[in-house]
Amino acid sequence: MSEDIIISLDHVSKWFGEKRVLKDVSLNIKRGEFVTILGPSGCGKTTTLRIIAGFETPDEGNISIGGNLMNDVQPHKRPVNTVFQRYALFPHLNVFDNIAFGLKLKGMSRSEIETRVMRVLKMVSMTDYEWRNVDSLSGGQQQRVAIARAIVNQPAVLLLDEPLSALDHKMRKDMQIELKQMHKQLGITFVYVTHDQEEALTLSDTVVVMNNGVIQQIGSPTDIYNEPVNCFVADFIGESNIFNATMIEDRKVSFMGHEFECVDEGFGENVPVDVVVRPEDIYIMPKTDKGQFDGVVASCIFKGVHYEITVNTPDGYELMIQDYNPFEAGMEVSMIIKPNDIQVMRKERICNTFEGEMTDESHVEILGGEFECLPQEGLSAGDKVRVEVDFDKVDLTDDKRDGTCEGDIRFILYKADHYHLHVRAVNREYIYVDTQDVWEDRDIVGINIRPEDMRITRIEEGAQA
Amino acid sequence: MARIQNIIGKRSNWSFPYAVFLILFVALPMVLIMGYAFVKEGGGFTFSNITRFFTDSDALSTFAVSIEIALETTAICLLLGYPVAWLLANSKFNKSSITIVIFILPMWINALMRTLATADLFNMLGITLGKGTLLFGMVYDYLPFMIYPIYNVLRRMDPSYAEAAQDLGAKPAKVFTSVTLPLSLPGITSGIMMVFMPTVSTFAISEFLTNNKIKLFGTIIQENINSSMWSYGAALSFIMLIIIGLTSLLTSSSEEDNVAEGGLI
Repeated sequence: MSEDIIISLDHVSKWFGEKRVLKDVSLNIKRGEFVTILGPSGCGKTTTLRIIAGFETPDEGNISIGGNLMNDVQPHKRPVNTVFQRYALFPHLNVFDNIAFGLKLKGMSRSEIETRVMRVLKMVSMTDYEWRNVDSLSGGQQQRVAIARAIVNQPAVLLLDEPLSALDHKMRKDMQIELKQMHKQLGITFVYVTHDQEEALTLSDTVVVMNNGVIQQIGSPTDIYNEPVNCFVADFIGESNIFNATMIEDRKVSFMGHEFECVDEGFGENVPVDVVVRPEDIYIMPKTDKGQFDGVVASCIFKGVHYEITVNTPDGYELMIQDYNPFEAGMEVSMIIKPNDIQVMRKERICNTFEGEMTDESHVEILGGEFECLPQEGLSAGDKVRVEVDFDKVDLTDDKRDGTCEGDIRFILYKADHYHLHVRAVNREYIYVDTQDVWEDRDIVGINIRPEDMRITRIEEGAQA
Repeated sequence: MARIQNIIGKRSNWSFPYAVFLILFVALPMVLIMGYAFVKEGGGFTFSNITRFFTDSDALSTFAVSIEIALETTAICLLLGYPVAWLLANSKFNKSSITIVIFILPMWINALMRTLATADLFNMLGITLGKGTLLFGMVYDYLPFMIYPIYNVLRRMDPSYAEAAQDLGAKPAKVFTSVTLPLSLPGITSGIMMVFMPTVSTFAISEFLTNNKIKLFGTIIQENINSSMWSYGAALSFIMLIIIGLTSLLTSSSEEDNVAEGGLI
């Protein structure tokens, strides 16, 4: 392993009861880097931080800090310090004693402690507050004390767990700049956890995007923004237009019923892919012959610096476009997308695939429910089968009792002319659905599949073959 | 009709029945105690009942014993109760919130019945009733009042305080002494009040568990009143009231608003 790696997570998994909150997470953090772990709530980012701090131990895999294996090392023996989400300042101690807490434990002399505390107080612009009661401080001031209490111990790594989430917008902006300066000044490694993508892009050298306990992408802020590896990252970071597309050949992709030039190669020919185009990368102009495709403005909202324009195409696609010029609703417009601005991503899957078991000739058990299927020649109860269902052939019902089995909606992605949903069925397996209907996150739904839409094949068991 | 609705509709009017109850059964008896304590038999103001206590060596020594027993009971309850409360509040050791009920369960049985049963148990085992059995009975009766407020404070304590201390380099024992213990002080003061106040005034427990060998302050009050020495009994009650008032003042002024966190007061 390279010399300048300070933290290394190696195939780390973690269970909370039945739930696997981290799935095979591997991550190397370089010395002196500002790394942000970014993701929606419940994605495992805080658990990852707590494993580095030592408040959780990995169930599988290894964590090392500075080249030493840390799996069973208690938090008080690790060369890291944490800034907690709700600060966790000790309410029975004043500002000075809060900051001096770690130094006193090290058995430092009174005068040395005083010098160090004064130095960090100056660094966080809190000089003259040392005798104040922590409860009498504002949120921003408490935040500064919490940072001071951690950095005064001169840790090799500073861990920050959504430290700015309790502050108001303006305060947060100021603190972001200060944190960035502090990082430069201290030269130590910062590991920062947040669900705020803007914060992550502003602060970090490296962004780690997580979802469902899995690292989706690791890269610089510009990489993550300009070249997301999948729809989740594209959708989570910034605004985006996401399309189902077909890679016709190298550097030629088709979506919205048009062919576009792009810069991507090596996907193969006529391969289904996803395409992301950022709203600021679609050039919009009054209707002309020079556009690649046409549409009608549905709405135009002023956003301060730019206008956010929604355009409908004749084929039923809805695009979000950002431009410095206003376009009135109802106006006919033409659009151009340049090859460089089209980001092509491999599809994670092109249809649903389940493994199930026949319960009789015309019923199959998948997703924790018994679905009717077309009579299967040569298959009988107990046979293991693989079932394939296209995304748009799954029917969701409002009332869960109307469905063959029930599920809840865990992720919604708008793809220009339809929604792509991730629905978790009762057996915790996911079914992916394309639909025109508007659903809400966490809706409980019934799941139906028509018999003729299931493609069933027997799984040949290795032992018998 | 509208007037009746007005009366019922106003929320503050609902407190009326309780106010009447308070006046009849709390405020009035207080006035009566003061009356008996400070009024001569023929009428007229006097301090003689109060001063009599300070020259009555029997009453003074009983008073000292009472305070001593109450302090000892409180100390034992704290030493036994804190670890129990800590274990109950710690999700690592106590996975179910029902366990706390088991510790509160004895309170569902009337204290007199429990005390009588304890006395019989001691008699059956041939243990001589005395100070030991008295302390046992006191602790047995009042321990839940110590456990519960401490448990409440510990359970509601943000675990990130302990984590922060650990993070800053404190070993588990140090985390406890420098963070957990000081932050649970409101529960401790609440528990001390809940135990000290009733134990300093009780007389039933000492009557049953020592066969009246050890007299407590409550016992003399009861004896005086039973033998129709109303004025002296009232004066002693008044003194006890002052003691209890002082303890609650002392404990609440040290912690001010935090006492409410104890959950029972």
